[in-house]
Amino acid sequence: MRASLRPSDPAVSPAIERVNAELFTLTYGAIVRQLLTDYEEIEEVNKQLDTMGYNIGARLIDDFLAKANITKCTDFRETADVIAKVGFKMFLNVTATVANWSADSMECSLILEDNPLVDFVELPETCQGLSYCNILCGVLRGALEMVSMRTEVKFVKDMLRGDDVFEIRMKLLEQMPEEYPYKNDE
Amino acid sequence: MAAVIFNIFVINKSGGLIFYKDYGTQGRLDTNDSLRLASLWHSMHAISKELSPVGGCTGIELLEADTFDLHCFQALTGTKIFVTAEPKTPGIDNLLKTIYELYTDYVLKNPFYEVEMPIRCELWDLNLALAVRKDSKTSLVGR
Repeated sequence: MRASLRPSDPAVSPAIERVNAELFTLTYGAIVRQLLTDYEEIEEVNKQLDTMGYNIGARLIDDFLAKANITKCTDFRETADVIAKVGFKMFLNVTATVANWSADSMECSLILEDNPLVDFVELPETCQGLSYCNILCGVLRGALEMVSMRTEVKFVKDMLRGDDVFEIRMKLLEQMPEEYPYKNDE
Repeated sequence: MAAVIFNIFVINKSGGLIFYKDYGTQGRLDTNDSLRLASLWHSMHAISKELSPVGGCTGIELLEADTFDLHCFQALTGTKIFVTAEPKTPGIDNLLKTIYELYTDYVLKNPFYEVEMPIRCELWDLNLALAVRKDSKTSLVGR
């Protein structure tokens, strides 16, 4: 394991306060219910959750960088590892497995066997198209965008819809150049 | 007991000054000067990356002048925090890291803070003041 990955090291995040998991799960449930009431359309709710996640991720990335004691990742593979082992551990207290890399190393899956967001959830017939945890996709997308990676993130397997695990598909669209796009000859 | 920290600056990723505060009586800047210094530093930091003979350089971290040291920390997201202090003041790197943590806690997590905009958060002011006070005390005893 690389030196930058120390998921079990308590020194990694001494400053992080934890909240009751049930409060967290129930709060998230209430948000999703409210969105369903407000937007009525399932697709629209999925989109809203993604947008909310994006806004969270864009802020949360600094929190992660400040407290996780990690260094700059050299490639997307390392980024995925850090997200799975350090990021998920820090914010959700679960770890994900990175799997199913595409040949060009631009696309991979994060597999979650345990997901605190869905602890008490059963999707009713009327909500079959709902990607209940879609907020996570948005968080990942927002966080990665702030460190110059434009990505596409979506759920491809969902235990609430009968799959055996949660699988988040993460695709690197482009590595945006650093903040100074101009070159000497321009 | 003189404070050893002169000023603290936070600049957003596009180089705009989003926070400025001075401590003590020395090295005070008015609004124009602080804005000027911030944008100057942002550009110099960028140029230093290009000019550096070292590969993978992330920009100037420390500038030593006769009357002050300027310590700079840039987060991977592009936000920069920099502090001016008495020459040879120890422990500023830790202070910068603490300030970054406070920024993530009390600025970014405040739902009413607009990202990239000037920071007006009381909790941040309060905790920043505590961190600076604690830091100038401990560095007097020596670290």
